[in-house]
Amino acid sequence: MSDTLNKPGHLLVNGVALLADLTGALIWPARRLAVVADLHFEKATAFAARGQLLPPYDTAATLDKLEAVVARHGVERVFCLGDSFHDGAAAARLDPAQAERLRALTARLDWTWIAGNHDPAPPAELGGRAAEEITESALTFRHEAAPETRGGEVSGHFHPKAAVRVRGKRLTAPCFVTDGRRLVLPAFGAFTGGLNVLDPAISGLFRRGFSVTLLGRNALFTFPKKALV
Amino acid sequence: MSQPALLPETTLFALPPRFAAWFQARGWAPHPHQLEMLAAAEAGESALLIAPTGGGKTLAGFLPSLADLAAHGHAGLHTLYISPLKALAVDVHRNLTQPIAEMGLEIACETRTGDTPQSKRRRQRVRPPAILMTTPESLALLLSYYDAPQVFGNLKCVVIDELHAFAGTKRGDLLALGLARLQSLSPGCRRTGLSATVQDPDWLAAWLSPTAESSGVRQVYGRDGAEAAVEILTTRERLPWSGHMAVHALAEVYERIKQAGTTLVFVNTRAQAEIVFQELWHLNEDGLAIGLHHGSLAVEQRRKVEAAMAAGRLRAVVATSSLDLGIDWAAVDLVVQIGAPKGSARLLQRVGRANHRLDQPSRALLVPANRFEVLECRAALEAVKARSLDGDPPRPGGLDVLSQHILGTACAGPVGADRLYREITSAFPYKSLTRKDFDRTLDFVATGGYALKSYQRYRRLTVDKEGFYRVAHIEHLKRYRMNVGTIVEAPVLKVRLKNGRVLGEVEEYFVNGLLPGDSFIFAGRLLAFEGLRENTVVVSRAPSGDPKVPAYAGGRLPLSTHLAERVRDILEHPEAGHDLPEAVGEWLRLQRWRSQLPPADGLLVECFPRAGKAFLVAYCFEGRNAHQTLGMLLTRRMERAGLSPLGFVATDYVIAVWSLKPAEDMDALFDEDMLGDDLEEWMAESSMLRRTFRNVAVIAGLIEARTPGREKSGRQVTFNADLIYDVLRKHEPGHILLQATRADAAGGLTDIGRLAAMLKRVKGRIHTRRLDRISPLAVPVLLEIGREQVYGSGLDELLDEGAQALIEEATGGLAPGHRQAVLPL
Repeated sequence: MSDTLNKPGHLLVNGVALLADLTGALIWPARRLAVVADLHFEKATAFAARGQLLPPYDTAATLDKLEAVVARHGVERVFCLGDSFHDGAAAARLDPAQAERLRALTARLDWTWIAGNHDPAPPAELGGRAAEEITESALTFRHEAAPETRGGEVSGHFHPKAAVRVRGKRLTAPCFVTDGRRLVLPAFGAFTGGLNVLDPAISGLFRRGFSVTLLGRNALFTFPKKALV
Repeated sequence: MSQPALLPETTLFALPPRFAAWFQARGWAPHPHQLEMLAAAEAGESALLIAPTGGGKTLAGFLPSLADLAAHGHAGLHTLYISPLKALAVDVHRNLTQPIAEMGLEIACETRTGDTPQSKRRRQRVRPPAILMTTPESLALLLSYYDAPQVFGNLKCVVIDELHAFAGTKRGDLLALGLARLQSLSPGCRRTGLSATVQDPDWLAAWLSPTAESSGVRQVYGRDGAEAAVEILTTRERLPWSGHMAVHALAEVYERIKQAGTTLVFVNTRAQAEIVFQELWHLNEDGLAIGLHHGSLAVEQRRKVEAAMAAGRLRAVVATSSLDLGIDWAAVDLVVQIGAPKGSARLLQRVGRANHRLDQPSRALLVPANRFEVLECRAALEAVKARSLDGDPPRPGGLDVLSQHILGTACAGPVGADRLYREITSAFPYKSLTRKDFDRTLDFVATGGYALKSYQRYRRLTVDKEGFYRVAHIEHLKRYRMNVGTIVEAPVLKVRLKNGRVLGEVEEYFVNGLLPGDSFIFAGRLLAFEGLRENTVVVSRAPSGDPKVPAYAGGRLPLSTHLAERVRDILEHPEAGHDLPEAVGEWLRLQRWRSQLPPADGLLVECFPRAGKAFLVAYCFEGRNAHQTLGMLLTRRMERAGLSPLGFVATDYVIAVWSLKPAEDMDALFDEDMLGDDLEEWMAESSMLRRTFRNVAVIAGLIEARTPGREKSGRQVTFNADLIYDVLRKHEPGHILLQATRADAAGGLTDIGRLAAMLKRVKGRIHTRRLDRISPLAVPVLLEIGREQVYGSGLDELLDEGAQALIEEATGGLAPGHRQAVLPL
């Protein structure tokens, strides 16, 4: 335990050495692969269409982060773990400038859209390939965790966040959740909320306990389940 | 409405016969200010009446309307009465229907609040009563209906009660905009303001005026009441160094309650209310009926206490500012203020709650909870004697409130920008609003106000060829009406006894800090936290033991600038007839011997080593909020200077910072330039600004507190304001809501202004004392360490601390937290 506490960000899932990035991306350094979950592109315009005029910059903000991750880790491949688009019409609502940025990324990199419940059929016109799920070496990548798994599953969907209490103050942040067999990523999109990992929907996936890696402002912090509230 | 006879019978000739007869039958004569209000109305002038409570103020406000209605009758709504409290509207309604009935007048008089049944509300729009009593929020709603021109078209008068409580607040902004709207609908309408004594009546008159100039309003003054008899409790017990509960003095307070008929015990926070109530019942051997009243208690429970008080069935009520305004209880004999009053106007208001008969003095007792509060109570008492009051300077109206008002106006019907701008700038808070800011606000309401052009197709308001703005979809009307108002509540959860009733509501953040089994005092009981069931906090009665007190934010006002000045003066010349208790005198003598007393116009800074750290204590007296900001900025600067600051703690009087290395150059450390880049940078990241943004975004309608069909979801706000704030700051830093947020944070809260004024004042006048150990005056603030939240730690530092604590637990190291030892003097 003290080993993980001292080196937050280094995760071992089914024997594979992975790296958590402060943005919420997961890096598989050996394969030059970045994994991101729940981008929810064009969530703001979905709200705007119903009369709540949220700032229309969520897609731009999410792409900023994504480009930074790619540059920082020298990534050549990207897996998007589903719910990349907030709804079926999201691609059509993209501002032309942002659509261009996205196309440039998918053209330059080996890009895979894994299907999610918000985007069962990812748009074809933005480049990249679509897949239901992908298995590579000891890991399987899908949108939502399967109730039973043989280990090595990496998924998103739940937008996990966790809370710890420090000096009577409750601090909440998005987080990675893992028990060493499976891992759930935090949502990467700019306007995405979260579900507490102690909710049975998430904690039920980890019968033998788990630890979380919280995304702070400037650093990552790892806590065991018993430290959470 | 008891009213002693003050004038000879001749003055009765100034009244219509039926009114004169009514006064005479009661053996009363009208007060001069009541007659002057009649005269102002006859001249068609708006009027501001400033009078202490109990001077027949409400009747004075209504007399002109009653006289006009009795003489001429009226079709439709004649007079609109606006009160800050629903309960007050109901109370005034009762007090007014009595004379109306006794004079045999046929005047319909009704209330309209959130509690009014739907059918009655609908009928009130079709056939309004002659007099309608309501709140600013209900007025905003009425104005948002298409039939507002018919409802208000023949309005003759608006009466605004407790005007001093509105002016200068966001709720006041909303009301001012509503008044401007009314003026357009009924140009001849007079305004009447009723106010307690204030520092700057001209400002209040200008606020009230339809022209936004004080000259547009006649100022009428009621007779001053007898001077209040205020004393400070000189306790038999040892006077505590710190703490705010004044538990040491409660036995003496209980004795006073026993001697008096009915007592109001005012405290500053809800946590104090709970503790004081609990302690008084421990002492209550005679079984006196003592009640509790604060804003978190269930409404039914509050109404029960108010009713019992009105009926004279209670001997005492422990209350927060929830009872500052409103209902008249003539029978209160004594007001007790526990803890320092924080401002002289507030003290005067509270003292005025006792004995509403002008010929007898109000009696009040101030109970300081610690040594510094003795000085503050003394300063407040001297200020009240000198009739010098504190008050915030006027601030410009909020752009968030303006957004809400624009949407509401468009809900009532198509509106042109030019006409709307003229109308809005006739309201005092918005008289300096630039056309540019108005246009940007209008654009925000219509489209969100973003630079991104592809977003323009999503619109809340559409513009037709003639330039009229109208609401794009009927859904927006519903949303507007569900979210009207300027009071943004912190998320709260209901507290329910296991298998029992709801006791009230607590803030969500407080519950987040609780573990099952934790005990806390609430609604006068010791409760154990059982757990959260959906959106309800389930509790059980706890066995006796040490409670964990609710850390309510409610009611914690900073020390006013005016009182701070007086406290500094007392400290410079403690012997000059301030009648300080012996313990305080001794404390100050010791301070003079060990160090020096803080000078009135300079700044005393003490430095001393303690427990391996270098402490710095600055005696600024600028209030807790300003000190917290100062703490953030000082630690930033010390960090850069390599002094390794470890933390700080701020009280209303003092700030203490501790670091690994001592600070050397105080002039550089306290230089004014810290309010430049450091402040900008800190403000952008601070939770204060995030909280401010959340409020602004909710009031402006960017984030909705309530969405149609989802009222009961339990989440107070439907979208995380932090996420929006971050994205907006990065991608459109000039957005109108960020501008509104900065204005609120910098101007509205006044704390940064206070800080700037202090740094300027003390420039070149810093008295640095290097001591070998802690000084007597520094003891109270150091005792606060560990008890108060220590600010200056960001998210990451706290998370790191949490992780460190776990590491130490795992490696068998000692947990931190032994800092608070007994301080040797």
